[in-house]
Amino acid sequence: MAIRILVGVKRAIDYAVKVQVKTDKTGVVTEGVKHSMNPFDEIAVEEAIRLKEKKVAQEIIAVSCGPTQCQETLRTALALGADRAIHVEINGKDYETLQPLAISKLIAAVAKKESIDLVLLGKQAIDDDSNQTGQMVAGLLSWPQAVFASKVDIKDKQAEVMREIDGGSETIRVKLPAVITADLRLNQPRFANLPSIQKAKKKPMAKMTPNDLGVDIKPHQEYLSYEEPPKRQGGGRVSSVDELISKLKEKGLV
Amino acid sequence: MFLQSRYFFSRLATSTIHSRCFASTLVIAEQIDGGKLAPVTLNALTAASQLKQDIDCVIFGADKTAETTTQLQKFNNSNIKKIFVAENVAFKGLLSEAVTPVLLDLQKKNNYTHIFGGSSTFTKSILPRLAALLDVQPISDITKVVDKDQYIRFIYAGNVVLKLKSNDTVKIITVRSTAFEAAKEGGGSGQANVEKLDSSVKNDLSEFVERQVQQSERPELPSARIIFSGGRALKSKENFKLLYDLADLFPGQATVGASRAAVDAGYCTNDLQIGQTGKIVAPDLYVAIGISGAIQHIAGMKDSKVIVAINKDGDAPIFAIADYGLVGDLFKVIPELNEKLKKK
Repeated sequence: MAIRILVGVKRAIDYAVKVQVKTDKTGVVTEGVKHSMNPFDEIAVEEAIRLKEKKVAQEIIAVSCGPTQCQETLRTALALGADRAIHVEINGKDYETLQPLAISKLIAAVAKKESIDLVLLGKQAIDDDSNQTGQMVAGLLSWPQAVFASKVDIKDKQAEVMREIDGGSETIRVKLPAVITADLRLNQPRFANLPSIQKAKKKPMAKMTPNDLGVDIKPHQEYLSYEEPPKRQGGGRVSSVDELISKLKEKGLV
Repeated sequence: MFLQSRYFFSRLATSTIHSRCFASTLVIAEQIDGGKLAPVTLNALTAASQLKQDIDCVIFGADKTAETTTQLQKFNNSNIKKIFVAENVAFKGLLSEAVTPVLLDLQKKNNYTHIFGGSSTFTKSILPRLAALLDVQPISDITKVVDKDQYIRFIYAGNVVLKLKSNDTVKIITVRSTAFEAAKEGGGSGQANVEKLDSSVKNDLSEFVERQVQQSERPELPSARIIFSGGRALKSKENFKLLYDLADLFPGQATVGASRAAVDAGYCTNDLQIGQTGKIVAPDLYVAIGISGAIQHIAGMKDSKVIVAINKDGDAPIFAIADYGLVGDLFKVIPELNEKLKKK
């Protein structure tokens, strides 16, 4: 038994960047800002590679939906160990309003087309913080889902998954084909080395459009405004534990 | 194929004789261990009642749903008209594959305009799955209800406030608990009707194996009044005990949290993690001890009423948002704080 894995990767503003809202409130500034692979997706890619190293997976296909720059993110996935990539091209205004439901439909369509056994995704993207895509892909395909995975064990067309839940963790078993989303604890992603980055340039990357996949990406939501949250007035200092306690007492906190 | 099934659903909906002609809301009432109503449900009830529509609730469970129902019936001031109860061993572990078809069926029968859930791993698992089946773009973690179509939520780890308008005919929403008060018991129009759902569930896709729950006498993180939170600077699992000692000075009120760095280093279990990818908290008092204050951590606690930072590094970003910052070695400061709080 060797399975085929589809791993979704999103290009997002780097996690360490302090994002700026555009002055006209229509979005955040993305031009000239460092982007990288969504951290949860790095973990999903790493898990796919480990499954291939354990000979559980035979092929890993990386997919990303978005503008041309997404190809860099896909190259990163290829350098890490994915076998080939699919870029679903979406540009300009369409990308600005591309929502998880549309992305889910695209990924579900690719999964069907490529006879995928396992879709691996990050649990959420750190830009829109939705935490929806994996669950929606599973719903659209009528596949079982194991979301917020911290441990994955696959044998006999079945995945045993430990998942992070409120107040602890739980273990479930899902039949393949299935969708699994990665929590931070699943693994420690590796770095790509120079030879593999070179080799990744020769790996195949197919380009598709929503039309090719028969998917309507029309947005269901309008984004009315983007604003900075109210600033917190911090910065106060105390010089001793006694002063701290008396301040907290004044406020009735202790 | 998706379009076809959508067409089928909408035809089914319009032909249902009992379909309602007025707007109403469904709230997913979450049951936790031992038939307890999850606190997040109460925040979701508050958010849902802001729409001033009739509310139905639904409870899923493998057992003890009667106990959860009794607790829920006390919240009559939230316009709850009906409580649907689905009890079946197949709901053990509340697996999405078992729960979602029942919700889908309920939605088809009653045509809710809004479906609300508290922010928990349960609702985050099931509601997007349901949304996809209804061809709806769900709305995660709202912090404000503007009107029946418009909502506010945070993006980019709480650094951007997004106001959005949903054009879906049914809005599927999870509610950030810290942004809405918990619904209060009592008042209202009397007991909500209880209706048992015929829940003959067939789920051969997934199976619940076991659950490992962290036992604690202390309050749950999102409902604690005081949180003592530790970071990498605590250096070891043993030192984390210093925080528990502090929390135990406020029995039933205070608990312990952690930064991701502390969790990754193995100083505590990850259900204590506060931040963008962990829990979102807003206690009266948040004491950040040995936490530098990365964006991801701040996303999880910046709405706390009063923030105290204790850190050796006077330039740590946490001081920029702290109401009271104390620069010092936590291994000296914490025992001193403990001693002096004991005497208070």
